[in-house]
Amino acid sequence: MTSTQVSAQAPAPQASVARRRRRLSRFTRRDIIILAVLIGLPVLLDIALIWGTTLTSIGLSFTDYNGFSSPQLVGLHNYHEIVTIYEPFWRAVRNNLLWLATLGVFATPLGLLLAVLLDKRIRFTRVYQSIFYMPVVLSLAVVGFIAQLVYSRDYGALNSLLGRTADPIDFLGDPSINIWAILAAAAWRHVGYVMILYLAGLKSVDPALKEAATIDGANERQTFFRVIFPTLRPINIIVLVITVIEALRAFDIVYAVNSGRNGLELLSVLVTANIVGEASRIGFGSAIAVILLVTSLGFVIAYLTQILREDRR
Amino acid sequence: MTTTTSAAARDVIDRRRDATGKANRRPVRPARILLYIVLTIVALGWLAPLLLAVYASLRPYQETAKYGYMSLPHHLSFKYYSQAFSQGGMGKYFLNTLIITAPALVLTLFFASFVAFALARFKIPGRKFLLILFTAGNLLPPQVMVTPLYTLYTKIPLPYWLSESGTVYDSYLGVIAIHVAFQTGFCVFVLYNYMQTIPSELTEAAVVDGAGVWRQYWRVILPLARPALGALATLEFTWIYNDFLWALVFMSTGDKLPITSALNNLRGQFFTDYNLLAAGSVLVALPTLIVFFALQRQFVSGLTLGANKG
Repeated sequence: MTSTQVSAQAPAPQASVARRRRRLSRFTRRDIIILAVLIGLPVLLDIALIWGTTLTSIGLSFTDYNGFSSPQLVGLHNYHEIVTIYEPFWRAVRNNLLWLATLGVFATPLGLLLAVLLDKRIRFTRVYQSIFYMPVVLSLAVVGFIAQLVYSRDYGALNSLLGRTADPIDFLGDPSINIWAILAAAAWRHVGYVMILYLAGLKSVDPALKEAATIDGANERQTFFRVIFPTLRPINIIVLVITVIEALRAFDIVYAVNSGRNGLELLSVLVTANIVGEASRIGFGSAIAVILLVTSLGFVIAYLTQILREDRR
Repeated sequence: MTTTTSAAARDVIDRRRDATGKANRRPVRPARILLYIVLTIVALGWLAPLLLAVYASLRPYQETAKYGYMSLPHHLSFKYYSQAFSQGGMGKYFLNTLIITAPALVLTLFFASFVAFALARFKIPGRKFLLILFTAGNLLPPQVMVTPLYTLYTKIPLPYWLSESGTVYDSYLGVIAIHVAFQTGFCVFVLYNYMQTIPSELTEAAVVDGAGVWRQYWRVILPLARPALGALATLEFTWIYNDFLWALVFMSTGDKLPITSALNNLRGQFFTDYNLLAAGSVLVALPTLIVFFALQRQFVSGLTLGANKG
């Protein structure tokens, strides 16, 4: 590793001194102070604001804390209440699952398809690329507002396009269809994201692989699915994780549209509603947050194993 | 997957491919034409919502209320844009966003680049653990942190000149702190990988010249990491700028909200002029779109630097 090479070149103090001491002696007092402060500060910030609060949430989820009186342990009561009598919960779970399914089954493959098409050495690739990618840089809040222009019942563009100005569909107000309207907006943003990731991956595939497959008589489809796609494995995993995390984190769009009510319930919205709202049922809201956390944890671990495995290579 | 670690390397491949593409461009086949048609249709569909927002923002409410958004224009004006500034106070909210985004961005990149440098160059005890701590922290759902942070923020006192509420809650400091903590995770991970590709001989030479840790970082590593830092800066700018949640839960004074959260203020209490809202949305989207178009290459490589690390 780097540091041993460095210390080998630095004037060796004494051959008999332990390696560890020699390594430390490379640092002056000033060096050690700089390292301690500039690593310590961000680590402290991360532990206090991210990990500490996450662990506190887990603790609070077993209490009836309401922000004022001291918290009492109630065991699994919050969780029990959530899955049995808290009615919006299952609607939110359903919506989060729909979100995941739409991104996973529709938006992600579409992003891959666009990446494959744009990788075909076509003219104006950059133009197409920027157009597909543009929604990704927009704030989800902005996407939510634009969705209202498109879907509005009274003057919305979609009703005009469908020729239903006389008998307009209330895309955002009708709780049986509004989640689909929002999902289309979410997919609009997700496709570009996935496309860029795959496009970068496809560009890094050795062209010789493709040539070899063609020489062996594989057609374009076989080449892609049997040769190219398997080499994209690291990207597939990252796209999978991003898709899941986006689906679980979804918040801004529905919040911008109607604060996540009336058919647009999501787990993230329920957490915020219980904590920030007048209810101030912090213990209860934390329990929903913990459910969200546990669900995403499996994917976080999958992601970490993937990147650490690459690290070793 | 071994040659593409750096943006520079990918650019080289890019260019080489473009060159070969030009060299043996074949005659256009029907399948190609179909491909162009499909791509163009999808692209137009992709642009449509944005164009609709721009179009709606230029038309008076009475007109769209009467004829709908999909109608030919009678009057076009920038009236709503000036109204968004005069009545909606967009200027003030843009300034708020700047107050949050600029320090958060600088601090994130500074901390992340130093930590990444230290972890990549020295055998810091527990460095793998630290790397996991940062990377995984960035992937946790923010909602899990909201409550304890809220309570924590209301309990930490701040002098009055920093926060009118007397606590971290409702102060810019609190929002900046959580942005830095959250985003540093992602940046450490990306920069750590990038710095491992910088030949160690370069810092070794500096060590021989008697450079301490700070000089190795500031004079040797930081200039070399500039492409990665540029890429991350564009990406992080849009992420921090676009944030909605943190300001929403940690700020209570409406006048101090950043622009994305303040967009809601353009809604009237009883009546919402959607055309004004459209103008507001376009204004909010403008800075990120400008950054995106001006620095597209950095932006894209920033995103793929993290994911496609090769």
